[in-house]
Amino acid sequence: MVGIIVGSTVLADLLQSFEMKRHTVAVEDLRPGRVAGMLARLARRVPLVVAVFFMAVSFFAFMKLLSVADLSFAVPVTAASVALETVLARLVLKEKVTALRWAGAFSVACGVALLAM
Amino acid sequence: MAAGRAVAQEVQITSTGARRVDLKTKLLTVFVVVTNVLGNFSMSWGMKHQATDLGWAPLGYIRLIFTPWVLLGTTLLILWLLSRMTLLGWADLSYVLPMTSIGYVLSAVLGKVFFGELVTWQRWLGTSFIVVGIVFVGLTAANTTRQEPAR
Repeated sequence: MVGIIVGSTVLADLLQSFEMKRHTVAVEDLRPGRVAGMLARLARRVPLVVAVFFMAVSFFAFMKLLSVADLSFAVPVTAASVALETVLARLVLKEKVTALRWAGAFSVACGVALLAM
Repeated sequence: MAAGRAVAQEVQITSTGARRVDLKTKLLTVFVVVTNVLGNFSMSWGMKHQATDLGWAPLGYIRLIFTPWVLLGTTLLILWLLSRMTLLGWADLSYVLPMTSIGYVLSAVLGKVFFGELVTWQRWLGTSFIVVGIVFVGLTAANTTRQEPAR
C-alpha cells in the first residue's frame, strides 16, 4: 500500500511541477472572478490530468491505509518520496539543488523516517 | 552619476519585486500546509468513526466520501491540490517538498491531541530534524528554473 502511494505521488508531483512551470498561474488568476477560467485552462492540460489520475490512485490508497493505521504513522511513512523526488527534481526537472537544499532535504527525510518509527 | 543612480534604482526595484514574490510564495506555502493538515485530520476523523470495513469495492469508498467529515476533508484536500499546483508553478519541487513537510509534524501533534496517539521520543527527534531541514531549505531561493514566477 505504501509502495503504491509513494510511486503514484512521485509521478504526480513530477508531472505537475513540469507542467505548472510551463504555464505558471499568475496571482491575478486567483481572484474570485477568474478562478473558474483558470481551472478550465488547467483541466485541458493532459499532463495535469494524468497527474490528477495518479493523485487519485494515491488518495484512495491513502484512505485504505488510514483505515488500518494511525494518522501519525500513515502520514509520515508516505513521505518516503521526499528524498526520491529531490533527486528526480535535479535530474529530470533540472532544478538547481544547492548543498544547503540537499542538507535540508536529507534532514527532512531523516525526520520523516524517525516520525514513522 | 546618472547611470549609477539608474542601476541602483533598478537593483532596488528588482529587490522589492523579488521580496513581493517571495512573500506571496511563502503565504501560499502556509495555505498549502494548513489545508493539507486539516484535510488529513478530517479524513482520519471520518475514517476512524465509520463502522464497516471498506474492503476493495469502489462503491464503499464513494459512499464514504459523502459522509460529513470525509466530505470536509475531501473539500480541503481539493483546495490543497489546487493551491499546491499553483505553488509548484511558482517554486521548485525540491523547495516545495521540504517546506511543506511541517505538515507531517502538525499531523503528529493533531494525532496526539485529538486521537491520543502515542508520540515517542523518536517522533519528537524526527520533528526536530524536519524543522532543521525546513530552515535550511527556507534559506535557498524558491525558484531556480524561472526568473519571474508570479506577478
